[in-house]
Parts: sequence; structure tokens; C-alpha cells
Amino acid sequence: MPTRTVAVAARTGLHARPAALFVKAAADQETPVRIRVGDGPAVPAASMLAVLSLGVGHGTEVTLEADGPGADAALDALAALLARDLDAEEPADA
Amino acid sequence: MPDLDAPPRALQGIGVGPGLSAGAVARMAAPPALPDPRPVTDPERELADAVRALEAAEADLRARSEAADGEARDILSAQAMIAADPTLRDGVAERVRAGEDAAHALRSTFDRHRELLASLGGYLGERAADLDDIAHRAIAAALGRPMPGLPSPGHPFVLVADDLAPADTVGLDTGTVLALVTERGGPTSHTAILARALGLPAVVGCAGILEVPEGTVVAVDGTSGQVRAGVGDDEAAGVRARAAEERSRLTAGRGPGRTADGHPVDLMVNIGSAADLRGADLDGVAGVGLFRTEFLFLGRKDAPGLDEQVAAYAEAFALFPEGTVVVRTLDAGADKPLPFLGLPEEPNPALGVRGLRVARDRPEILDTQLEAVARAAEQATADVWVMAPMVSTPVEAAAFVERARAFGLRTAGVMVEVPAAALRADRLLQVADFLSIGTNDLSQYTLAADRQSGALADLLDPWQPALLQLIAACAEAGRRSGRSVGVCGEAAADPALAPVLVGLGVTKLSMSARSVPAVRARLAAHDRAACEDLARRALDAADAAEARAAVLSS
Repeated sequence: MPTRTVAVAARTGLHARPAALFVKAAADQETPVRIRVGDGPAVPAASMLAVLSLGVGHGTEVTLEADGPGADAALDALAALLARDLDAEEPADA
Repeated sequence: MPDLDAPPRALQGIGVGPGLSAGAVARMAAPPALPDPRPVTDPERELADAVRALEAAEADLRARSEAADGEARDILSAQAMIAADPTLRDGVAERVRAGEDAAHALRSTFDRHRELLASLGGYLGERAADLDDIAHRAIAAALGRPMPGLPSPGHPFVLVADDLAPADTVGLDTGTVLALVTERGGPTSHTAILARALGLPAVVGCAGILEVPEGTVVAVDGTSGQVRAGVGDDEAAGVRARAAEERSRLTAGRGPGRTADGHPVDLMVNIGSAADLRGADLDGVAGVGLFRTEFLFLGRKDAPGLDEQVAAYAEAFALFPEGTVVVRTLDAGADKPLPFLGLPEEPNPALGVRGLRVARDRPEILDTQLEAVARAAEQATADVWVMAPMVSTPVEAAAFVERARAFGLRTAGVMVEVPAAALRADRLLQVADFLSIGTNDLSQYTLAADRQSGALADLLDPWQPALLQLIAACAEAGRRSGRSVGVCGEAAADPALAPVLVGLGVTKLSMSARSVPAVRARLAAHDRAACEDLARRALDAADAAEARAAVLSS
């Protein structure tokens, strides 16, 4: 199964706004994507509760996995998102 | 309907947000009570109802998010996404199929996720309370009740509640909320801190306010703590006019803090991160009197690295290129647990391993922080001071100062939050460069009253003469040694108390940025001799209420 491992660049980790941006992007993908920390259980990336409960801090490496059509494109998009410091970016609509 | 002919009724609470206002009462809706479970005959319909309720909660949170800005907007948007979470729907579907009605299925699903989050502890544990807010909204929708939360009566109002939690007040609009009045809560409660941050008149611990009917016009005096319920429209208009006059008088004052005869008092601000000061009016502010560094450490599995800390501190130092920035080292521990500290639970967290005491077992966390502060200070033009929280003895103070100096930090001091430290202020100042009095903790430990306790709010009142006496002892030690003694607790934000603190000999007052104009105006109205006279009156009083009355009536 295609996977990507990436260190979370957001200063506050995957909480609040960075988590919201990530979960929304994951929900927008055509293929369901799962996320895990190390060898931990993989949880749906489109679930805010599941993603928050991972307690991912700044710099923590997470692994994204997906299967099926468009899996690689979905993983690339989400991995690129996590590699950005989402805290430092102003909301586009504010 | 309120009885318009009855004479106004006077209620007494504790004034925590100075200022006057008047308007109609609108109450915070209480979370819905769950009725008894009812048998489910049509599970599909029940599930559809539950899903609709989640969608209604999501839509409500989304609308609130779009009406808010900044951090509140992000928090509410994340809340809306939780309401829309597919795992919640799956959980609810499972419970409905097991025979639960919509409201109970929602309750048990939310409870399960709440426990999961709470078991993770720390920052995530605190998010468990946020989940309650979403649950209340969804359950209210399932029961066909109004959504709990801030009322929106369509006109400016006085917000009345039992007590206010942070989630209740996210996005609170100071354009429509005239004042805050709560039945419970004390001077250091969330309501009090919020009121001062927003510059709203506020009264807490006001017994009887919940019995005042919705729509009744009340006059709120956030200085004396008096609330007059059932005043006429004329009186309300008069109060609002006086309040407007007062505000324009306050904002007319500019420049650094000083008494009427020109004796300087440094007015400083308390911040949690550089972002706190976005858009704040910093005219005449001498710098940051309390830079809380906890935000860097929250929600982390590991302590933040050196470079990350250097960057965050440098950002704050850049705000006051010509001022002073006082950094408080990590104030966490048994009372504010952080997962990576790995501290055991304690039966009395307030009396446990917290503040500087954490460095007994984990000195490397303090060392990294001091090194980061020193590196950021090297690149900054601001005068950077560093201080430790929860210091009890001169030996602890000396060890901290020595550590700070080893990293090249020139000015190192300690906070006075423990009565033992205040009693030995002279000895502390033989080793420390300055003292900063944290009045919230100092009153908790001096009066043996839990900061969280609404029932003991009168004891926690910063006007307690015993607390003022300890502040006086610190200030006197400062005078003898020629070193700076400041106050950085909530007490420093109380304009009526400012001349008293200065009269006791305090040279720096640090508060939320919004509190500065009112404190500056009050100081400018008294010369130093008058301040000293007010300080003597307050010290002579038998309790906090008497001290306040003695000062306000003179």
C-alpha cells in the first residue's frame, strides 16, 4: 500500500487550525486516507476527533496511507500540507 | 414580565471588571437536561433525527465561527469539524441500533470520546470540555430546545450566567455585551480574567442574580460590585452616559505611568505570546512585566527544542525594542500538568511539584529554556529579565539566579507567590535582582483558599489586608536594597487598588494591555502622599470589603 512519512511542521502540531486544515483536505480527497504515528493504529485522516486524539506535536513524524485510485496523488497533497508551517500562514479569508 | 413598578433591588457581588454599565439582562442558556430514555420503535427515523441534530450543531458552530475572528474563529471552526466527524455518526448509529433514542445515543457517544480525550491528559484532556459544548448543542437540537450558549436577544445586553467557561465566551462581542454578572466565581475566575481582557464591567459571586428575570434592566458597578436590578430606563441611560464620559476621560490620558506629582510607576503588560499584543495600544507601556512561556509547551509530547524557543522569545522581545521584557520560566507541574514532564498525580497539586520545583527532577528543561532566552536576548535590543515561579526560599532563589547568570542573563529575579518568600524578601533581594509579586497565588496560599473556589471568593480578594501586608514587606525590602518590586497578578489591573500598591512602595504594575488606561488615569489622580495615605487605610482594615470601602470613600 502506498505510504508517505512526513514530520509535522506546524508549530503547535496537529491541533486547532492546522488539524482543521488537514482534516478538511483529507475529506476532500477521493480516496480515504489514514494516518498513524510510528507503528500505532492508523485512524481516518478525515476524522477530526481521531486526528486530535493522536496528540501529534511539532516535529513528530506521521505516516499517511491510502489504497485505490488516486492514492499517490492524495498522499502527495496531504504530505505537502503537513510539511508546511500551517500556524504561520494567515487564513486566506481573514 | 418584570414588574416595572417595584423599587430597584440591590444585589452585592465582587467587582472584578471596573466600570459602569446598564442594560437588559440576557441569560446564558443552561445545557439541556436529558429526559428519561424512551423506547425506540423506528431506529431509522431515530438515526435520522440524531444525524440532523449533529448537523444543526455543526451549522450553529460554523455560523459562530464565521462571525468571530482570530483565534476564536479557528477554535470554533475546529469545533464545527468535530460535530461533522464521521466517527461520531458511526458511534451514534451503533447506539441507536442498540435501542437508544437520539438524545441518549448522542450523550453516550460523546461521553465515550470525552473519556478517550480525558485519558490522554494535558492539553488534550482540556479539550474534553470543548467536546461537552458540542454535545450540549447536538442534544439540545435533538430535543428541540434552543442551543445553549451566548444569548442573542438582538440588542445590547448584560450577560448573566451561573459562571462562565472559556468555551462559553469565545467570540463574545463587546459591541453587544454591556457587562458580565455571574452568580458564582471569584476574582481569579475565568470570568474575571476575561472581563479585564475585554475591558468590560463585571461582577462575580453575585448571589441572587440568576433569579432576576430575563429582560430586567440592571445597573452594574464593576468597581463596587453592586448590581441594581429593576432600574428604570432613565436611570439606565444616565448610567450609560456616565460610563461613556468615564471612558473618554480614561483614554484622554497618554504616556508613561506616574502619580499626580510625577513619581514614575512602570506600567507593563502581561502576555502569553507575541500575538497577544496585536492591535493593542501600547502608548506609555514600559514593556512586558510577565511573559508566560507555557504556550510553547502545551499539547506537546516532548519539550520544545532550543531553536524553536529562541524564535518564539525573539518575536516577543522585538515588540519592545527599547523596553523591558520579563520572561517567566515554565510554570507547570502538578497543577498544570504537561505530558512530557512525566510527573505523578498528587493529592494537593497546588502544594505539589510545580513551577521552579519541577527543575529539581528535570533541570534540563529549565537549562534549555534559560539558554534559549539568553540567545534570543543577544539578538534583541530589549532589556531582557528572567524570573522563576514558585520560589519559597533564598537558597532556591540563589540557585536559580546562578543558573541564569551561567547562561549570560544579566538580570535574574524571582516571583513572590509563597508567603515564606514574602516574609524573607530582604534575603531574597540579597541574591535576586528583582521581585515580582504574583498576587493570585500569593492570596491563595496566604488565605488558604483554593483559587478555583467560588465559595471562598471573598478570601481570595486582592484587597485582603494580609495580602497587602505581605506586598508591603516586599516593597520595603525593595526600597532598602534599591531593587525593583513589581506586581504582576490580577491585582495590578484593578484601578482602585493601583494607588494603594504604589503607596505600599511597588514600582512596577503589570496587567492586560486593556487595563492600562484605567490604571494610568487613577494613578495620575493621586500624588504620592495620597497613595501612601490610601495604603495605610487599606492596611488598617479588618477585611477586603472594609479595605475597599475605606479607600473608595476617601
